[in-house]
Order: sequence, then structure tokens, then C-alpha cells
Amino acid sequence: MSNQNNREELNRAKQAWEEKVNKALEKYPERKEFKLDSGLEVDKVYDPLTMEGFDYLEQLNWPGEYPFTRGIQPTMYRGRLWTMRQYAGYGSAEETNERFRYLLDQGQTGLSVAFDLPTQIGYDSDHPLARGEVGKVGVAVDSLADIEILMEKIPLDQVSTSMTINAPAAVLLAMYTAVAEKQGISMEQLKGTIQNDILKEYVARGTYIFPPRESMRLVVDIFAFAGEKIPSWNTISISGYHIREAGSTAVQEVAFTLGNAIAYVEAALEAGLEVDRFAPRLSFFFNAHSNFFEEVAKFRAARRIWARLMKERFGAQNPRSMMLRFHTQTAGCTLTAQQPDVNLMRVAFQALSAVLGGTQSLHTNSRDEALALPSEQSVLLALRTQQVIAHEIGVTDTADPLGGSYYIEELTNHIETEANRYLERIDEIGGAVEAIDTGFIQQEIQASAYRYQKEVEEQKRIVVGVNRFTESGEQPIDLLKMDPATSHRQVERLKEVRLSRKQGEVASALQELRKAAQGEDNLMPYILTAVKAYATLGEICGALRDVFGEYQQHVNL
Amino acid sequence: MAEKPVRVLVGKVGLDGHDRGAKVVAQALRDAGMEVIYTGLRQTPEQIVETALQEDVQVIGLSILSGAHMQLLPPVLEMLHEQESRDIIVIVGGIIPKDDIVYLKENGVAEVFSPGSSTEEIVDFIKQKVGENQ
Repeated sequence: MSNQNNREELNRAKQAWEEKVNKALEKYPERKEFKLDSGLEVDKVYDPLTMEGFDYLEQLNWPGEYPFTRGIQPTMYRGRLWTMRQYAGYGSAEETNERFRYLLDQGQTGLSVAFDLPTQIGYDSDHPLARGEVGKVGVAVDSLADIEILMEKIPLDQVSTSMTINAPAAVLLAMYTAVAEKQGISMEQLKGTIQNDILKEYVARGTYIFPPRESMRLVVDIFAFAGEKIPSWNTISISGYHIREAGSTAVQEVAFTLGNAIAYVEAALEAGLEVDRFAPRLSFFFNAHSNFFEEVAKFRAARRIWARLMKERFGAQNPRSMMLRFHTQTAGCTLTAQQPDVNLMRVAFQALSAVLGGTQSLHTNSRDEALALPSEQSVLLALRTQQVIAHEIGVTDTADPLGGSYYIEELTNHIETEANRYLERIDEIGGAVEAIDTGFIQQEIQASAYRYQKEVEEQKRIVVGVNRFTESGEQPIDLLKMDPATSHRQVERLKEVRLSRKQGEVASALQELRKAAQGEDNLMPYILTAVKAYATLGEICGALRDVFGEYQQHVNL
Repeated sequence: MAEKPVRVLVGKVGLDGHDRGAKVVAQALRDAGMEVIYTGLRQTPEQIVETALQEDVQVIGLSILSGAHMQLLPPVLEMLHEQESRDIIVIVGGIIPKDDIVYLKENGVAEVFSPGSSTEEIVDFIKQKVGENQ
């Protein structure tokens, strides 16, 4: 039978089916409108007619083959599972080191460091603006002395470490390499990721320090330095996670992340780097939200768009430059304070969508995170969720098991088309930096966040335990209690460090850094010298603030 | 005669960058007819109080999710007390443990809105409280 006959027959059969369905609908109307956040109306069913004009080789191809829709490795999880990487950090370096070693003992395969807000914004723990924030949302780091404790008895040549640090990324990367050196481990042996994604800080996460242009210089300095000296290091983790948490849709998450990625690639090219030298070390970070199939499709679409961008727009030759490798975290914003144990289910489904979407590494949130920092027991359950997905339910047996599903392929195409439409708009505005400067991206996210909230309040969107199936009274749950003395101890250690170092070395390192910042040299070597002299994070960022100035947020509501 | 709109300062206190909630609430209050002054990120307690007095607001809504609330909110309450501006209604949104909510409410916070609160609840609460003050 020819394709033509086949299609005619299908069309006839479908028409007959639709007539039946329409009759049934008169009696039993549907519960509601079925729509994705991006506005796509979801059909009753998807079928081979949906796939008309579908070209397997062009749109999917095999795993490990361009455009990598089905995954970046030929055997995916049959060869190696994703890295199970729980984001952790609180209080002092000692406490966090203990949590790290506990997680590694429990079968976690990579580390992920959360820093407190003063560290992320380049203030020492005794700065007036650090009041109340020391050791709260992550570990406090003031100097190399803290990182030495943080990484004690952790073999840095065997674990890969991800550091969520952006504005002062260069300083923390320098500290990490300096500690490794003390452990006798060379930069070539180090594996890990530095988030180093400043653009999303301006739109969604808020831990910026310097203005965009100066920040982009620091980003590219890391690309160049690490590209040469730390070849297995991911020099950036371009993050949609926080954009989604701020309220964007799935399409916006893909579009704004890749829009930022384009800006980084262009900045690196402008600085004279070769695309195939730095692009293989670019990595990504996405959110796994609640609409299961939309999320799976989102990951696949992101891979395809990126591959095509790198090949067609930037002329990459090396396939590794075209592979979108990504970390995923389940959606913190979907966790509820009400009936917190129900969050275990949300997290499990979200994590499953990330695995079916082909993630390279994964963080599963803990059930109690709408209430406090997670307790050890809650973190363990979150890690166990990943282990069940990996070892018990068969989803890792074959690559891209949902590939070829009519619905998944339709959603993948839809997200690709809509995200590309946004990317064109960002190009028209003059690129991501400009689109952030004019507030375009912030306003798009804000509109989606507001719509989401309205839908919850109007019960168009059901959140179990919040606007439906509520319970009066609360489930008892043991929450993590922070040690109130942490901040004091941290400030004491900082004072000791300031007293015990060679002051002349520190002063001259900071002076050299200031001078270099005024010129065009790569700043990494200067920062490394300062770090090794035990200059503090606040001093180093302070020197850069002197030269670069500080970013002032434009608020337009 | 039309009522004078309620003036509300919505602020992010401390270094916390999570502003989704604050912005959504700000927009909802505005849609409910209130005049909203949104401070943006990284406000110190001193800046919050200064802006509140300058803008002559009836309500201060502070958002904080970093866990620094016990260090950053009491100074706001104390300064308002010293300025004899105790009639300014202070409400708080964010991730605040239960014991801390009790303490804050004993010390001058009118209400704490935890995750899952609706903007409607917040609007109604403000209207009611402002009404009582008049």
C-alpha cells in the first residue's frame, strides 16, 4: 500500500472515529480546556496524521547523532547512569563537609555546593550587608581557609564538583584549584562545573555584582583560562532553572536560556576564542516542572535547537560543540508547605521526566523545602527516589524510550518552533544583554508568573493540598534547625585568617588585580595569586568593584 | 466620593533574590486598586523604613526566603516603633518557621503569609486592617 493510500485510509478512519467521539461528547462533555502554559491546545489524541512530513533522520536520528534529539550518547543510560548530584550546603564549611561525605557514603556520585548569599554577592561574613545571612542558604566562604575545610578528606580527583556561584565564579574556581593543588591534584585532573551564568542573575536569581559588560568579561576569562588549564571543567552552566522558578513557561525557559547561551558564545568569539575550543565545555541546567510530557519534550527540543544553532549559526565542526549537556533539578516552586509528604510524589514524577528527557545529572528536591532547608532524612529520600528510577523501573534500559510517541514528537516540534520565535525576537532587540537591559525578558517572565498564580486562585490549575484536597491541621515533620552560633564562628575564623597571612603579599596581589582589571588581561591568574595569599572573597570582589562598579537593578513592574 | 487608595510598600529585605512572590503580590495589590511602591532587591531594614516614611504608606509588605528574617525583621519593627509609626501595618511573606511566626506576630508583624497563600487573602487582609485603623 502506498503512503498516499495509507493516509487516505487513515483520514477516513479518523473521520469516522471523530463522529463517534462527537456524539459521545454531547452526552459526556470534557472536564475542562486542555492547554499548555505556552498556549498550545492539547488534542484529544495524537496519531500518525500528526507526524505528516516527519523526517526521522533530520528531526531525531539515533542517540549520539546530530541533532541529538534522542540524547547525546549512543547508549545513554545503558552505559552510564546520570550523575546523582544533590545541591547541598549550609552553615559552616565543617557542617557542609560532613553532609557531603554523608551523601557520598549513601551512593551520591557528584557534589554540588550551595553558597550562602554573602558569598554569592562577594561580601565577607562580617560585612554589614551580610547581617543575618551568613551560612543560611548555603555554606559561608570567606577565604581559601574555608574551602580547605569544605573539601577535607574528599578526593578531588575522583568526584566531580558543581559550584553554584556566578558573580564571583572566578574567585571560587581559583580557590578550588588551589585546594586541589594542596591535595597534590593537578588542574588537568579536576572534573566539575562552575555555574558562571551571570545573565540569568539579572533576570531571575538576583546575585549579580558588576554591570553586564564587565561581568561578561569575567565569564569569558573563565572560558579561556579553564579551556587551557582545566580541560575537563564545565566552564559555565547556562541556567533555565531559575528562569522557570521565577515563573516562566517551558517555552520561555528554553528560549531565554538559549538566548543567553548565544550571548556567551558571541562574547567568547568576540574575545578571539575559537568556537570548537570553548563550546564543548558549555553546559546547561534546566528545571523539571510538573507537566510531564511537556517537560520530556522540552529537554529534547532544547537539544535539537542547540545543535542546529551551533552548527548552522556558529559554524561549529566538532560534534561536542553541538551537544547540549545538562543538569536538571526538580521544580522547587511546585513544592507545597501543605501536606509536605505529597511533595515526594511530585519530585518523583518530575525526576522521571528529566531521565526520560536524557539528563546528564540530576538533583531531586526534598519534601520539606517549602518549610525550611532540608533535613538529612528528607535529602536521603530524595536521593533514594533517583536510585529507584535508575535501578528498579526499567526506564534506563533503552535510549529515549518516548521517542516516536506521536504526542511527544508533536510537543517537541511545538516547543522548538515557539522557542525559535522568541530567539528571533531577542535577535531583533539586539541580543540577550539588550533584551535584559530593556526589561523585555523580565516582563515576559513576570506576565507568566502572574497568570500562573491567577490560575491557581481561580482553580483552573489544581494544586493538591493547596486549592483542592486540603486538610486542616498539619502533618508533623522534623525540620532542620540551624546553629545560631555559626555566623559568630565564621566571623572569628575570618579574623584569624586576616591576622595570620602575609599582609604585603595580599596588598600587592590586590593591587595587581586592580591594575589588570583596568586593562585587558585575563583576570584568572591574578585572582589565583590573591586567593593563594589568603585574600578574602570580599577583598577580591571589592577590588573589582572599585574598577567595574556595581549593577543597579531597574525595577519595572 | 471615591476612597483614597491604600498605599503599600512591597520590599525585598536582605540579600535574597527570590522576587517572584513579591512581584506577583505587588501586581495583585495594584490590580485591587492599591498604590504600590516596589523597592526591588537588597534593601536594608533602614532603607525599608526610610522609604516607607517618605512614601507615607499605610502598609509594608516584606518578602524574605533566605532565612535571615529573625535578624532583618526585628530592626524594621523597632525603627517603626521609635519613629512612632506603629500604625503602619507590617505583613510578611516567605518561608518562615512556625516558632518564628509566633515571635514576629508578638512583636508587631500583623500577619505572615506562607507559601500557598492566595493574593486574594492578602488583599482582603490589608483592606480589613486598614479599615480598622481608620
